Amino acid sequence: MATRRWENGFVRWIDARFPIFTAAQHQLYEYPMPGNLNYWWNFGSIAGVILVVMIFSGIFLAMQYQPNVADAFDSVERIMRDVNYGWLMRYVHQTGSSLFFACVYVHIFRGFYYGSYKTPREITWLTGCLIFFVMMATAFMGYVLVWGQMSFWAATVITNLFTAVPGIGESITTWLWGGYAVANPTLNRFYALHYLLPFVIFAIVAMHLIALHTTHSNNPLGVDMKGPQDTIPFHPYYTVKDLVGLGAFATLFAILVFFAPDVLSEPDNFIPADPLVTPEHIVPEWYFLPYYAILRAVPDIGPIPAKLAGVIAMFGATLIWFLVPWLDTSKVRSARFRPLYRVFFWVLVVDCLVLGWCGKQLPEGIFLTISRIAAAYYFFHFIVLLPLLGLFERPRPLPYSISAPILKPGTTSAAGRLELAAAAAGDKVRP
Amino acid sequence: MDTADRHAPEPTPQGRPLTAREESERARVQALLDTRYMADLGPVEAGWGRRQFLFVTSVATAFAGLNFFVWPFIDSLNPAADVQALASTEVDLTPIEVGQSITVVWRGKPIFIRHRTEAEIAAARSVDLSKLPDPQPDTARTLKPEWLVVVGICNHLGCIPRGQRPTDPHGAYNGWFCPCHGSHFDTSGRIRKGPAPNNLAVPQYTFIDDEHIRIG
Repeated sequence: MATRRWENGFVRWIDARFPIFTAAQHQLYEYPMPGNLNYWWNFGSIAGVILVVMIFSGIFLAMQYQPNVADAFDSVERIMRDVNYGWLMRYVHQTGSSLFFACVYVHIFRGFYYGSYKTPREITWLTGCLIFFVMMATAFMGYVLVWGQMSFWAATVITNLFTAVPGIGESITTWLWGGYAVANPTLNRFYALHYLLPFVIFAIVAMHLIALHTTHSNNPLGVDMKGPQDTIPFHPYYTVKDLVGLGAFATLFAILVFFAPDVLSEPDNFIPADPLVTPEHIVPEWYFLPYYAILRAVPDIGPIPAKLAGVIAMFGATLIWFLVPWLDTSKVRSARFRPLYRVFFWVLVVDCLVLGWCGKQLPEGIFLTISRIAAAYYFFHFIVLLPLLGLFERPRPLPYSISAPILKPGTTSAAGRLELAAAAAGDKVRP
Repeated sequence: MDTADRHAPEPTPQGRPLTAREESERARVQALLDTRYMADLGPVEAGWGRRQFLFVTSVATAFAGLNFFVWPFIDSLNPAADVQALASTEVDLTPIEVGQSITVVWRGKPIFIRHRTEAEIAAARSVDLSKLPDPQPDTARTLKPEWLVVVGICNHLGCIPRGQRPTDPHGAYNGWFCPCHGSHFDTSGRIRKGPAPNNLAVPQYTFIDDEHIRIG
């Protein structure tokens, strides 16, 4: 990053002391982006925007919310009825959490499909997994703050997971509660942590981006950028592409907020929390359903009782993502060139959807059987399939570079060639 | 990086000469690249081209949209409906003896209600208006001469003037005295001496009947 001569004297003065303009120039114009990113690459930036929207709306909600068991539910209703635009802020926050997870799931599965976790991008992947983990904790605690029936019993069920820990389980749970049941101390600490954790996420996002900008973006072909003919500057090409995606996403967001704000959430949470009555059927928000299915599916495994095994499996379902860069033995990144992995990727997607569907049902009869098969397959995919596929699969020939297919007719479709040509052209327009 | 090199298509990995079909493809792509490069130089004619128009209108629309997004958040900090619902206060005047003052709370602010004596009314009405910092006749500040209703907040910097209790200092004009910066108010709540720029404000109020008022 050489010292750049800025024409404007004021800009030059600032830049010599705080090189924000040079950094922006570097990240927007000099930082090489692969020319062939498709719309699946939009979801990272969209997730970043939602994080900001969540923090923004959350801070304003916090100014109206009362973190006390006597007032919490009523204060949420006051936000809905009395506070100016309170309904809007709350629905933005509530819908935002759902769509945040939706985006992040697409972002993660894009990583699975195109092998974005493979060397040299392991740290980008690991920080991403960490973000997801903290997100789950944040979303759970935020859900409890509403203090409806589902909030209360979700808090009870999730904190009770820790009683499965042998020996010290009860003590851990008492410590989490700050009492002998979910009560006011629990609500207070959840409120404090729910305010804190988004900023922790923000910091990990910064790490995620530093790692990303060190190793550069993966791309749909999964081959490295070989030179300027493969790259285009971020601005204006990907700023505009990101904005197009963001516009479409914001439209969906607005439709949900204004016309179907409660479609993604549980009606039981409109009943104030009652520590003496459990709702007939407790289910988490949709984004936790697959995990919930796994939790309930696991039977006794050898000496491990079902309760502990279920908890291990549920946490393991996310923790196993941390190992994916080393479980996948294939050197080829993109599933476009991995005929078998490509099939199993979609099987995994369907498997997760089936788990989600089972999580919504009562854990008995056919649903329990399906949950067990689907949960077993989930771990089979990561622990057995990923290592073996790399050893036995014969990948299709990779293009030499991102721009090479343009010059080798027949390697991609005509539309693909034009796309690549257009992408390659992007690099030429900066003087 | 030499700009010209960036335009040159990459050689085939094998380094062999291009076949006729590859050559025609290369020429087509090169033509595409050239076209885009020309287009990106911007409009040839001076003044506002389509590009600038689209840019400015897009940014203006985005900015307007941002304002629509931000306004609900700003407005959410304004008084909510339940706060506004408490915006009027009714007061029963029967227990207040002549010469007595009471303080009631309206919108979180102290309201001074004074049942004035004949002497106080006379004093308030006999003042030469031209000598007042904020000239206002007593008749314009009261609905009934014996009842004075004012907001008990000094409009200098928001302190509450003393003078509600008989033992309080009443200032040089037998009304109220603000201890913060020494403003003197008369028996009509008007500023007579000191830094306050205006008289004690008269809230909007009405007599429901002879013995009850509604403030707000």
